[in-house]
Amino acid sequence: MQKRGIMSFGAYVPRRRLDRQTIAQANAWASPGLVNAARGARAMCAHDEDSITMAVAAGRAVPFAGAAVASLRFASTTMPFADRLNATLIGEALSLPATIRTADLSGSLRSGVGALLGAIEAGGDELVIAADNRQARPGSPQELRLGDGAAAILVGSRDLIAEYVASRSVSVDFNDHYRSRDARFDYVLEERWARELGQFGIIPPLVSALLEKAGVDATELRHCVFAHFSAQEAQAVAKRCGIAAEAVVADLHGEVGDTGAAHPLLLLTKALQAAAPGELILLLGYGHGAEAILLRATDRIGEARAMTGADAQVDTGVADRNYLRFLSFNGLLQMDWGMRAERDNRTAQSAFFRHRQTVTQAVGGRCTACGTPQFPRSRVCVNPECHATDTQEAEGFADKRATVKSFTEDWLGLSFNPPLMYGNIRFEGGGVAMLEFSDFEPGELHVGAPLELAFRIKDIDEKRGFRRYCWKAIPPRAAVSSTSQETANG
Amino acid sequence: MADGIRDKVAILGMGCSRFGERWDCSAEDLMVESFAEALADAGIEQDRIEAAWFGMSVDEHGLGKSALSLTSALRLPNIAATRVENMCATGTEALRGAVYGVASGAYDIALAMGVEKLKDTGYGGLPERTKGTFEDLWFPSVTAPGSFAQFASAYVARHGIDMDGLKEAMAHVSWKSHENGARNPKAHLRSRVSKEKILAAPMIAYPLGLYDCCGVSDGSACAIVTTPAIAEKLGRTGPLVTVKSMQLALSNGSEVGFDGWDGSYAVTTRLAAQRAYREAGIRDPRAELDLIEVHDCFSITELVTMEDLGLADPGQGWREVLAGSFDSTGQVPCNIDGGLKCFGHPIGATGLRMAYEVYQQLRGNAGERQLGSPRLGLTHNLGGYPNKNVCSISILGTC
Repeated sequence: MQKRGIMSFGAYVPRRRLDRQTIAQANAWASPGLVNAARGARAMCAHDEDSITMAVAAGRAVPFAGAAVASLRFASTTMPFADRLNATLIGEALSLPATIRTADLSGSLRSGVGALLGAIEAGGDELVIAADNRQARPGSPQELRLGDGAAAILVGSRDLIAEYVASRSVSVDFNDHYRSRDARFDYVLEERWARELGQFGIIPPLVSALLEKAGVDATELRHCVFAHFSAQEAQAVAKRCGIAAEAVVADLHGEVGDTGAAHPLLLLTKALQAAAPGELILLLGYGHGAEAILLRATDRIGEARAMTGADAQVDTGVADRNYLRFLSFNGLLQMDWGMRAERDNRTAQSAFFRHRQTVTQAVGGRCTACGTPQFPRSRVCVNPECHATDTQEAEGFADKRATVKSFTEDWLGLSFNPPLMYGNIRFEGGGVAMLEFSDFEPGELHVGAPLELAFRIKDIDEKRGFRRYCWKAIPPRAAVSSTSQETANG
Repeated sequence: MADGIRDKVAILGMGCSRFGERWDCSAEDLMVESFAEALADAGIEQDRIEAAWFGMSVDEHGLGKSALSLTSALRLPNIAATRVENMCATGTEALRGAVYGVASGAYDIALAMGVEKLKDTGYGGLPERTKGTFEDLWFPSVTAPGSFAQFASAYVARHGIDMDGLKEAMAHVSWKSHENGARNPKAHLRSRVSKEKILAAPMIAYPLGLYDCCGVSDGSACAIVTTPAIAEKLGRTGPLVTVKSMQLALSNGSEVGFDGWDGSYAVTTRLAAQRAYREAGIRDPRAELDLIEVHDCFSITELVTMEDLGLADPGQGWREVLAGSFDSTGQVPCNIDGGLKCFGHPIGATGLRMAYEVYQQLRGNAGERQLGSPRLGLTHNLGGYPNKNVCSISILGTC
């Protein structure tokens, strides 16, 4: 049988990291116990991010060189749409061909690993993306523990950095937490029960069966991903499986938090970047049972270090200490946005469908008569010296770098993270446009500032339950210095 | 080749309502107010008016489409009337329609009416509006201050000056407009404001503070136009004000979509100004123009417009402003009536309000703010965004 495995990966963690003490202190009046447990920071989506935008960001970080992507599986427990194929929108935003198969996989934190296993079992180049924008009730332990993020894995049969060895699954209706269809937050059960009967009851037999199937001894495992558990729980699980303590991959709790369906895959990027050729990696997807996948790093594993993994994303965050903003971003605080928020954001679906290359893919035009790149694409060339008709071919702008030509920070215009920032920008290689900016703090913009594009939420139509997305200009992620940087109005 | 509009049409009468927060008035009331003044000024009966052009931009939800609100408010006798709309140049477009109607020989006497009833929209600033089914999908939800504010960042970058220096010049623009507005009984904002207060105002859209932004007002203004010969036959006394030029330039998308513009000036203003000066026979605008009424929707707009009109060299507008060149006592007094900043900005009326001030000044009727004996005045509107806009420039003069 043809070897299957991982060709490449990408990761995305939102830029903003909310200090947990900020959360704990704000809620100490009700739950003083939170203060002692609150260490580090958790990643939080910007006002214009959700599972779809994070999935696109993670997908864009995947090196696709030479791949012929046959499918896109999107795993999440926080999909913005229940019946609009989220994976299809993500695929279009990634400019993947319309001929791919797409599927949304949900229902459990384990859906990310399940999607990966499905991709491995399929035959072609298969893209898996998992993303979660975790929701928690204010003052709950989950609010501290959870985080937002995404990871993408390209699975195939060639140029593998890690090959599939074996897998084993078990499905148990064990509900240490659950969320009904209409609920906003998880209902979380008693943690000692969850640990003793859940983690300790389900995982060791599963891992043991997997290792037996693969003919591998637990002591041979070098990198083990146990997401969703505390560090102590992960160590206790490892011990019960006979796995060395140092093989457990650090869980990113201090920097990101538990990113749900994305978390095992996010941690997998860490394991892949740390592994040496021949080393064994155990990936566990846990929730209502579990599935475990055994991978072996190939001789090409060194290539993983040049890819965008969780660590690179962790290093380029911005510390935030504004709890009220976090609540507002998550719709848990009804701010007074004034009359401008009453605007009807109805989308003309026929116009959107007609223009979705422009809107979803940031595809503009390049005039074949004069060579001018232009966004959006139009029938008549924008170059005053040309004005040729019907000469434009498709020109992608999503991956172009750009700089600021002019800008403003608009306190009158509606933004759910004021001020609304936008301006004229100039693309490298030609082309100009006026776009909204995101991820800048007030005072950071200046003429000449470097930019890259990101797929973000444009507007939410509360009345009709629709949201539309577009491309905005953001500071290049590498330009963000470190988590020691504070937000200007934090 | 067409020989233009110069001296083919005369203004027979003009009227302008008091601008401001006219909670007491409907748009119809405002039209009646300005029309009564124009009719008395023209010295004719209403039934001499043969056609009308009606400018109204964003108050469609208050007045409905077409010019029916005009013809009904004034009970015009079933004459031809057309609504025109061209963003902030809407008022001037109404005047252009009437002027061209007379110049064509189709009508002897025509009316241009502009009105806007903004305060019923409920917004501070202009109301939220759709930008169309396509742009709503991806284009930023810009506001007027946010789009015009970008002149400032681009100007600073282009000319290598610092923002504090530019802010000081912008503050001078607003200070000057408040000084002028204080002497205008019809102005919306009539208080004097110190430069310190202007500079310390809350930020609206960086770097524009509250006092860098014009008033959002209710108001109407109108003109009755005819030929110079008919004006003479009607026994018109005092200086006869004629139209020297009316020019309009619209962006075609190149500023926003082609990299030939740095954002520090308005392409259309420069083009319309060249055409207007040519049509009016003006060679040295700074020496020949006695007053100008420009579209100071924001202080920075007025500042860059001084350069775009050729009244200051590129990059020197801010120095000229600070030197007082466009103050009431300067070489080319600008917005002597308070401008959009203080007279107010009821969009559909604004172009006609500017013409009204120039007309009153040319006829020596400007009262406390009369500027000697001016002979030539210019009006300028800039609607839309700096990167995509409508610009109208008109020049009025005495024969």
